Amino acid sequence: MFGQPTSPRFRAVLAGTLSAGLIFSVAACGGSDDSDSDTTTDASASAIDCSPYTKFGDIKGKTISIYTGIVTPEDTPHINSYKPFESCTGATVKYEGDKSFETQILVRAKAGNPPDLAIVPQPGLVKQLVATGKAVVAPDEVSANVDKFWGKDWKAYATVDGKFYGAPLGASVKSLVWYSPTDFKDAGYTVPTTLDELKALSDKIAATGAKPWCAGISSGDATGWPITDWMEDFMLRLYGPEEYDKWVNHTIAFNSAEPTAALDAVGAYLKNDKYVNGGLGDVKSIATTTFQDAGLPITEGTCFMHRQASFYAANFDKKTKVAEDGDVFAFYLPGKDASSKPVLGGGEFVVAFADRPEVKAFQTYLSSDTWANTKAKLSSGWVTANKGLDPNNLTNPIDKLAATILLDPATQFRFDGSDQMPAAVGSDAFWKQATNWITGQDTKTTVDNIEKAWPK
Amino acid sequence: MFNAASTTPGKLLQMLAALLLFAAIMGVILFIAGRLGRGKRGDKWVGYLYLAPAVLLLLVGLVYPGLRTIYESFFDAAGKGFIGFDNYKTIFSDKDELTVLRNTVFWVVLTPFVATAVGLLYAILVDRSPFESVAKALIFLPMSISFVAASVIWKFMYEYRPDQGNVKQIGLINQIIVWLGGKPVQLLIESPLNTFLLIVVMIWIQAGFAMTILSAAIKAIPDDIIEAARLDGVNAWSMFRNITLPSVRPTVVVVLTTIGIGTLKVFDIVRTMTGGQFKTNVVANEFYSQTFRADNQGLGAALAVLLFILVIPIVAYNIRQVRQSSEA
Repeated sequence: MFGQPTSPRFRAVLAGTLSAGLIFSVAACGGSDDSDSDTTTDASASAIDCSPYTKFGDIKGKTISIYTGIVTPEDTPHINSYKPFESCTGATVKYEGDKSFETQILVRAKAGNPPDLAIVPQPGLVKQLVATGKAVVAPDEVSANVDKFWGKDWKAYATVDGKFYGAPLGASVKSLVWYSPTDFKDAGYTVPTTLDELKALSDKIAATGAKPWCAGISSGDATGWPITDWMEDFMLRLYGPEEYDKWVNHTIAFNSAEPTAALDAVGAYLKNDKYVNGGLGDVKSIATTTFQDAGLPITEGTCFMHRQASFYAANFDKKTKVAEDGDVFAFYLPGKDASSKPVLGGGEFVVAFADRPEVKAFQTYLSSDTWANTKAKLSSGWVTANKGLDPNNLTNPIDKLAATILLDPATQFRFDGSDQMPAAVGSDAFWKQATNWITGQDTKTTVDNIEKAWPK
Repeated sequence: MFNAASTTPGKLLQMLAALLLFAAIMGVILFIAGRLGRGKRGDKWVGYLYLAPAVLLLLVGLVYPGLRTIYESFFDAAGKGFIGFDNYKTIFSDKDELTVLRNTVFWVVLTPFVATAVGLLYAILVDRSPFESVAKALIFLPMSISFVAASVIWKFMYEYRPDQGNVKQIGLINQIIVWLGGKPVQLLIESPLNTFLLIVVMIWIQAGFAMTILSAAIKAIPDDIIEAARLDGVNAWSMFRNITLPSVRPTVVVVLTTIGIGTLKVFDIVRTMTGGQFKTNVVANEFYSQTFRADNQGLGAALAVLLFILVIPIVAYNIRQVRQSSEA
């Protein structure tokens, strides 16, 4: 009727074949698991002192999985920087990079399938991960390393309810203004050292008929984020780190006087038709220009300044020389006066979901100055706030500038505020309203709407 | 065993293993069916057994998540506190959410009708013409492109460059505006124009689908009816009005509703072209951003439920029409 086998003998044979197939397939699945146990030592990765890691016991042959949003090509220096650890302990690090890390890590943690370690780029996400109950408190050795090599503020970002969950890894400096040293020299402009000087310089350039600034905030569904950085920078400069923290932690309302004034101060630049948008259009064109393209007019001579983080260096053409005496470089977005040095930045944290000895040992390695210097030698476009870092190990000039800013004792570092706000604000309302603001919405409505979106 | 392999041979091996596993499961079902398929009611049991995997997968993959989503839509952002119908109230009172609803209405009203009209007109025009197959292929091509690719193409069409010194336009529409002596317009920012420009993309994709199905239906009209009408001396309009349209009516309805369902779920175009900014957001995109970006599971679930409720009547009507036309 349905064509099923009717002869008992045939059925027995079929069943036998199929169960054999099942067993075989299970075995095949098991076999395809550890395909990347590549432990060849890189020549550039020098041997390291193994004693801090051997005290966790014999971890030879053990595997540590690490899950991150860092993908090609930035993953190579990461993987290579693990090799000294692998060769001295005999453990293997399994690296997994994923572009959709930020949503997937939550899914994996909630589903009970987290990696051993995750490189988390936002303090807000660290909190969310701790809330899943799957994250493990950092071992004492890591905590001691962080006390030694990082400022207190950095430790606080990964501390939830008094418990410390993960050492910082990399860092980025956001308070930078990109410019063309050659164009500045030709026109006789000097790098400003106070906010007033920055304004005066902008006016001076605008008076010549040129547009001093270029900006762009388009970034897929994250459109609007560069404005949040602008606003954070101005909040930090106009009212200082303490007020900034209050604003980020919602101790003061988003629509109170200081944040409103900070956004207006940004508006004096970005919503000023005399200042923007060099080579790209009018104020509204900021909304449709991708952040990757926004600073490129500097190299074409149609724009003089572009405020963006240190990682922007990667967006320039390979032929463009990024150096203090080159085609483009960046200067520190000045403080209110020359004496204050507030710096806005970002960074990553290593959060653990397992406390096996090999995981602890690797966490300790990642939080050490040994790793920071190994990584610095291997990569370009990467810095860390690890005080054990020797800036001379950094290869490119913009990394050196960023490291100098980060390691300067006078620097008052503050983490990107929108990364710390609840997701409903930090990765939704703030972006959306900032975009509406640049396309014409007034400041008052903008801050009111963001305040309204803050989860009660 | 369920970890994804990372090397090519590993992946192939895993694929082979998965195929074998599938074959093994099928074999087990067939084996049991063979045992059961005896006796008086054997056929019935075999039927149920064959249905079982599909029903089981539907339960796990569709019914359970569906019910779960409805349940979650009554909870707050964290999915912990029960808040009754508040999420639904937000959808129908919040200014941004109302814009989302307005845009969805534009999409659902415009896309199916315009796409079907264009498809029908085109099908009639090229019917029995010497270059029919080429003409059909041309309009059918967009169907084979993914929504994201189509959006990227159209993003270039709408691209804006400022009217500044030696800056050149790279978008076709703005270049035409400049040739005609106008100033370039930021097409994707001007609301509500931008929503209509996004709808154009959907129509561009769907018109080919409408044309193909309707063309087949037109060809199925019996020649004797057409001949009889010709003998009666009808003109082109009344041929269309009294012969063609009534004959293909069931097909038109199926095409309309199919495109309507697809349009309600539109997500890729909006996300790729504007990311829902500049007042172009629609329900499906808002549902995604509330759930995965704003971390507001409750509101996201409520939007998903709303989408589900909106789709049901169209799906029901669609199925009824499909049944009727296949019976006829």
